Amino acid sequence: MNKKIICTQCPKGCVLTIDLQNNQIISITGNECPKGQDYANSEIKNPVRTFTSTVITQGLSLRMLPVKTDKPIPKQKLLEAINQVKKIRVCQPIKVNDIIAKNFLDLDVNLIATRNITS
Amino acid sequence: MIKKDLVIVGGGPAGMAAAICAYEQGVKDILLIERDQYLGGILNQCVHTGFGLDYFKQSLSGPEYAERFIAKIKTIPQIEISLQSFVVNLSSDKQLTYLKPGSLNQIQAKALIMATGCREKTREMINIPGTRPAGIFSAGLAQKLINIEGLLPGKKVIVVGSGDIGLIMARRFFLEGAEVKAVVEIQTKCQGLIRNQVQCIEDFNIPFFCSHKITKINGNKRVEKVSVVKVDGDFKPIKESQFDLECDTVLLAVGLIPENELIEMAGAKINKSTNAPVSEKLNKTTISGLFVCGNAYKVYDLVDTVCRDSETAGEQAAEYLKGIK
Ligand SMILES: Cc1cc2nc3c(=O)[nH]c(=O)nc-3n(C[C@H](O)[C@H](O)[C@H](O)COP(=O)(O)OP(=O)(O)OC[C@H]3O[C@@H](n4cnc5c(N)ncnc54)[C@H](O)[C@@H]3O)c2cc1C
Repeated sequence: MNKKIICTQCPKGCVLTIDLQNNQIISITGNECPKGQDYANSEIKNPVRTFTSTVITQGLSLRMLPVKTDKPIPKQKLLEAINQVKKIRVCQPIKVNDIIAKNFLDLDVNLIATRNITS
Repeated sequence: MIKKDLVIVGGGPAGMAAAICAYEQGVKDILLIERDQYLGGILNQCVHTGFGLDYFKQSLSGPEYAERFIAKIKTIPQIEISLQSFVVNLSSDKQLTYLKPGSLNQIQAKALIMATGCREKTREMINIPGTRPAGIFSAGLAQKLINIEGLLPGKKVIVVGSGDIGLIMARRFFLEGAEVKAVVEIQTKCQGLIRNQVQCIEDFNIPFFCSHKITKINGNKRVEKVSVVKVDGDFKPIKESQFDLECDTVLLAVGLIPENELIEMAGAKINKSTNAPVSEKLNKTTISGLFVCGNAYKVYDLVDTVCRDSETAGEQAAEYLKGIK
């Protein structure tokens, strides 16, 4: 089976073709640099995504605070992540990059703010 | 009447990039007018990452991207910012009228840059027959409701159109706990970036129907179901293939239209099929000293290109002002 993915490691966006047999990688083609090989490997073995969402605020200038994980997390954790995010409330003014949840879901990543919010 | 060397309408990335660049090119008397309560434009509601790979060499969320420009613009006192200010009239000699809570203001500009962005196409523009129930939203409006207001506008969703905005919203609804019944695309393949096709649709096994279109929206008070049909190479429906999908929400992600009613009011020529200004060179209109940049000039795919081209508008305005002094 051939799987086509776009490499997201740099703006070039090479289209990689991965030849898969029984979930084993036979070959990876289409990458213009070694990063593409690593990306294709991780997409097959342990795909990761940067998680983005919004957190409810209380008593601040905006109702919702946009957040992201500072590193990508395993794809299968995305739904768990959203359930966790729904439990968080932010009540203090926030600056971009402030940590909203440390060691988020025990994944060794932080959930950080992507917008400034004043009181 | 108050006078300004340069007035910029629209505080999205295009307006901010143009303002900063005009200042750097020597314009020291600038007014930036924005109708919302904050700068940043459409970026504020795009909470996903993927912005700025080219310009900042980083994958930023929309608000982060906007924040970089906002931080910079706030360090320049010569750029006056007027928020909650809605421009309602523009004359050919560059007089603007804008509403601010409690006041009606007029201003005379020597040079003018319009960076008013786009609006979304509506159901009427793609002719979907049926009833007129609640539950039909443009994708960008739904994005604003979820990401800015914290409201989820539906539970069983059909997305019409597979451009990036449609794909991003399919994922957003899915992660928010809604059931995304289908993304329906009339073209033979997905219209958005492959990255978004993978990360928004395939990651969550969202049903994707290319070469299909919605033929009818049904429902009394609220949307109840839509009829979907396969189309042939000439986009003609193949009748036998029709089926119904139950849903309570239809999201339309079927394209953007540059927002240019103000310059049209001022007498600048508009291309009636695209709603973009008639223009012989980047950012120019048929009125000298009146420039249009960003999504108002043409629909851009990437905000990085918007910023680069809008910086050019800042330079062009500075150049024009030097010429008339
Ligand atoms: C829903 C959506 C999702 C997108 N997702 C991505 C993405 O993932 N990656 C990417 O690179 N690009 C994306 N884009 C494109 C990118 O966001 C735009 O190209 C960019 O924001 C355009 O900038 P702009 O300044 O021209 O317009 P806008 O950001 O729309 O700014 C226009 C501003 O003008 C103001 N305005 C309009 N009329 C008036 C008036 N009469 N008086 C006063 N103010 C006025 C508006 O309030 C607004 O703030 C997306 C666009 C949309 C619409």
